[in-house]
Amino acid sequence: MTTDTPPETLVTQEMEDAKGNWESETVSPPVSESDIRKWAIATYWPEKPPEIYWNEDYAKTTRFGGLIAPQDFNPFAWPIERQIPAGRATPQGAGVGTRGMNGGQTDTYGVPMKPGDVITTRARLKDWNERQTRLGLTLFQEREVEWRNQNDEVVKTRLSIGIRY
Amino acid sequence: MSYNISFEDIEVGQEIDTWSRTTDFMNWNRFAAVNDEFVFIHMDDEAGRAALNEQGAFGMGNLRYTYLLNMLRDWAGDEAEIRELGVQYRGINQKDDVLTCKGTVTDKKVENGENLVYLDIKVVNEADDNTCPGHAIVVLPSKVTA
Repeated sequence: MTTDTPPETLVTQEMEDAKGNWESETVSPPVSESDIRKWAIATYWPEKPPEIYWNEDYAKTTRFGGLIAPQDFNPFAWPIERQIPAGRATPQGAGVGTRGMNGGQTDTYGVPMKPGDVITTRARLKDWNERQTRLGLTLFQEREVEWRNQNDEVVKTRLSIGIRY
Repeated sequence: MSYNISFEDIEVGQEIDTWSRTTDFMNWNRFAAVNDEFVFIHMDDEAGRAALNEQGAFGMGNLRYTYLLNMLRDWAGDEAEIRELGVQYRGINQKDDVLTCKGTVTDKKVENGENLVYLDIKVVNEADDNTCPGHAIVVLPSKVTA
């Protein structure tokens, strides 16, 4: 059934229940040289990416002592099982509150990812605020994500803003 | 070893080397492939319009973030460390936009033995609209300790 009455809020009980609670951890497959190379090629397209991402002989001469991954490299891409975080919109949209957009993020980086690393992540819905914008009723959700490697070293922490409207 | 720039070479107010790409489905699809980011609004004009972008499909915010990292890495070199990067996605990356990443040094200081450089950064389109303002902190090597 459809209705022309806009919702009074986009905040759901699922979000209230999830607020502040770390979700279950996810462990990545080992980071591979091939995935790093492909990431670098895609993000530098159509130009050649820096050698630190694909030339082991060169990378050995740097302070890293070998290949590293670009700092935005995502080892969690292509999971077998897919999880949908609390409050996530469907980007293609089907009405008020179902459309989504990336509002921004701040990443703080620790040690770089290298081939063979296994990354563990956890995330939580931290907070939100809701207001009228040019898009109508709009919900801004703050999400915190933490990545650590197999040595329990912090790879990065992220605070991101997801937008629903 | 790529030793592009040292802490002593940096002056507040200095603009760093820009980094630019013309963006269309060739860039977006490659990024979608590696980041597993196959979302209709980035692939299909009808879905883009349904999401209230009249021109149709539009680019990923995450790709602009990547471009900013690429600018910082290419400028600072492989002996530098990008410590922090924060952005806001304020504008849409339309198909065939020419995106240019820019950065300006706002501060430099030594803390806990680290040579920190602070920058305002942004991604502008061909109309010079700032689609993605942000900030970055980069740790640079020193000529003194090199």
